[in-house]
Amino acid sequence: MNLPRQRYEETFVLNLGPQHPATHGVLRIKVTMDGEYVVKAEPVLGYIHRMHEKIAEQGNFAQFMPYTARMDYLHALALNHGYCLVGDRDAGIQVTERAEYIRVITVELNRIASHLLWWAAFLLDLGGFTPLLYAFDDREQILDLLERTTGSRLTYCYFRFGGVYNDIDDEFISDTRTFIDRLRKRLPVMYHSLVTGNIILIKRIKGIGIISAEQCRRYGASGPVARGSGIDFDVRKHEPYSIYPELDFDIPVYDEGDSMARYMVRMDEIEQSLRIIEQALDKLPDGPIMAKVPKNLRPEAGTCYAAVETARGSLGHRLLCNGDRNPYRLKLRSPTFSNLSLFAEVAEGMMIADVLAFLGSLDLVIPEIDR
Amino acid sequence: MSGYWRDIFVGAKSLVVGLSITGREFFRPVVTEHYPYETPTLPARFRGHIELIANEESGEPNCVVCGLCQRACPSGCIALSGEKAPSGKGRVLTSYMLDFTTCSLCGSCVESCKFNALRFSREYNRVAFDKSAFQLDLIARLKEQNQCKP
Amino acid sequence: MMANPIVHALVYLIGLMTFAGLNAAYLVWCERKGAARIQRRTGPCEVGWAGLLQPLADGLKLMTKQLLVPDGVDAALFRLAPVLAMLPGMVALAVIPFGAHLQALDMELSALFIFAFASLAMLCVLLGGWASGNKFAIISSARAVSQNLAYEIPMLLTLITIALISGSLNLREIALDQQGGLFQWNLFRLEGWHILTMWIAFIIFFICSIAETNRAPFDLAEAESELVAGYMTEYSSMGYGLFMMAEYINIVVGACLTTILFLGGWGCPFDVAPGWWWFGLKMYALIFTIIWVRWTYPRTQIYRLLNLSWKVMIPFSLINLLITAGLVKFL
Repeated sequence: MNLPRQRYEETFVLNLGPQHPATHGVLRIKVTMDGEYVVKAEPVLGYIHRMHEKIAEQGNFAQFMPYTARMDYLHALALNHGYCLVGDRDAGIQVTERAEYIRVITVELNRIASHLLWWAAFLLDLGGFTPLLYAFDDREQILDLLERTTGSRLTYCYFRFGGVYNDIDDEFISDTRTFIDRLRKRLPVMYHSLVTGNIILIKRIKGIGIISAEQCRRYGASGPVARGSGIDFDVRKHEPYSIYPELDFDIPVYDEGDSMARYMVRMDEIEQSLRIIEQALDKLPDGPIMAKVPKNLRPEAGTCYAAVETARGSLGHRLLCNGDRNPYRLKLRSPTFSNLSLFAEVAEGMMIADVLAFLGSLDLVIPEIDR
Repeated sequence: MSGYWRDIFVGAKSLVVGLSITGREFFRPVVTEHYPYETPTLPARFRGHIELIANEESGEPNCVVCGLCQRACPSGCIALSGEKAPSGKGRVLTSYMLDFTTCSLCGSCVESCKFNALRFSREYNRVAFDKSAFQLDLIARLKEQNQCKP
Repeated sequence: MMANPIVHALVYLIGLMTFAGLNAAYLVWCERKGAARIQRRTGPCEVGWAGLLQPLADGLKLMTKQLLVPDGVDAALFRLAPVLAMLPGMVALAVIPFGAHLQALDMELSALFIFAFASLAMLCVLLGGWASGNKFAIISSARAVSQNLAYEIPMLLTLITIALISGSLNLREIALDQQGGLFQWNLFRLEGWHILTMWIAFIIFFICSIAETNRAPFDLAEAESELVAGYMTEYSSMGYGLFMMAEYINIVVGACLTTILFLGGWGCPFDVAPGWWWFGLKMYALIFTIIWVRWTYPRTQIYRLLNLSWKVMIPFSLINLLITAGLVKFL
């Protein structure tokens, strides 16, 4: 429901955040409102800017690895992957095959965990508290699996240039298969019957926050936001890396461009990730988990770019080296920054409750925007 | 108009379905752990803060003061020093301080150690009112552990 | 009953206040336990056996905290609003017949009386939000007013339907009229074929009572993900506590009203041993359903909420009223 264009006579400014229940972290949105209608929404960033790109220039290549996970803490392994990928490409390291499979399996598990958490937080934004606990029940299984392998539960530092830190064992494989069965059983009931089909939810998010494909292109949106607007783009398929070309999976695309479409893209992606994990587990080869990598990485002077698909979209790393032991410059292209940038344009004229539902559907992780 | 009736009937049905799901969950067992009374089992690879590994026989730290961990640490939270061993061969550790306030538990130090001298502790609930409680003296900690041993 | 009217009044006054206070305290406990079970957690379990002393601890905590009166608020109204908010629910309880002889005050238009005071509850929310001088609070109270206005209409229309059947607006007489088993209840009334349409009236009334008491999925006034805590944002200590208590007392009143209007009041479904325990059973079953609903659905939207009222509830209750009038007239 959008406000007809007219002259706004009496407006007031409402500060949402940096401490507000719906902004998930420290995003601040300055909204000019006319009653419950939003006349202008202005996101204010920088409250959790920690200079990660600058930190990358301070230490050697390996020392930046733990910081990557702190940016997108919900899909930390994808950030690990992105940085490893650019490092591997730049230094010309051939990652061992088993390590590639382990990377994909853990990244996809992490992607499911991220989508589950998004789903939970989104429902919380919409006022449904119970789904959060159901999603956390499933997410907890993933965290347990990853903790047994990587040693930590959220901000993993698991990948290394040329491979991964620890090998996975048979217990991990069998437990992951059990988890896949469990989630496949629970998805139709606890997620779709309880929530997706719910009339209140449908009325809340269907037709709300419509982003056109043209807007997505203009702002450089990617990930589920772009795929919800009919843009068939996924780095895993279209700029393939790792072993994704060998796996059979689909990229869910919806044309509507509303919050419901983004919701459905993510729900479908959970199923596709389950498929990917299953195939990767079937094909998992034996062998070493680390390639022969020099102790101190010292790539030749030059530049290299690598992109990975995180749960929020295309994450790019551009690495500039001058032949030293530390990166000369590391630039991140983070998906949520672009996804948030179209917020102001779309939110104009919406009602405040719809704006927050729309904001939730963008799946923002603030440290990744600010870096 | 047909949308109006469909919304009412399909909507009412979806609401009943939702109630039946939560109603069923109501009678199912609790899945949470009652934390202070039940503690989770830590996996073998759990990353706590680091601690020194003692030599099986002598009880002295395995550390040879090579300083690799100090150099590997991305946040510079390790400070160690050593002196020449009395036997004249190698060096012995005199102090090993971990500034846990800046540690990000990445494990680079443990990974870099070639002498089996560092490991992750199993401690996960260290709390204090004072920042100084997180300046850990790992040699003192090792001595304590040695005393606790039978 | 009791000879001395002053003793009579005092006994009922103390009784009702205890009833309201205990209900407000322990419904919070029930709600937390119920929510926990639905979400497969344990809920409160530390203070007392199964957390039964938790409401006491919460109450003590709230009372010992400071009531912050921020700069820029209307201090008098700010303090008055939560106290006033308690009033409508307490007054309404006075005219509710819990049993054939268990009623503080029997008056002719008791049903209307409750509705009149229910509107006051909305006024208190408005007052609290206005006095706070907080933007979130003002949006919230504006929402609460439009919501209450929209849902009072279908509720009153349903009440008229009941009045047509029972021929009275006295709650006691409405309940007495339904004695004699399940099929005398207004919800399942065989006599005059009212069973055909009354279930619609019941659903409308139940939904409206949820909306009137600002409960999820219609808790737009305190939508925490949008408006932080709505009209309660600036309240701390017992100011907040009183608003919360008022909310739970209003739920009790809503459930009592539904029980009397549709479920035969204190009557037993098998027409044996009627009494206040039947009343309690039905009332708490309704309250449990309200809790169950809250922990199942997401929150709706303010314009969807108003649409539901004006486009669905009001037409349906009007049609229902017409049909009932026809049935009463021609059968």
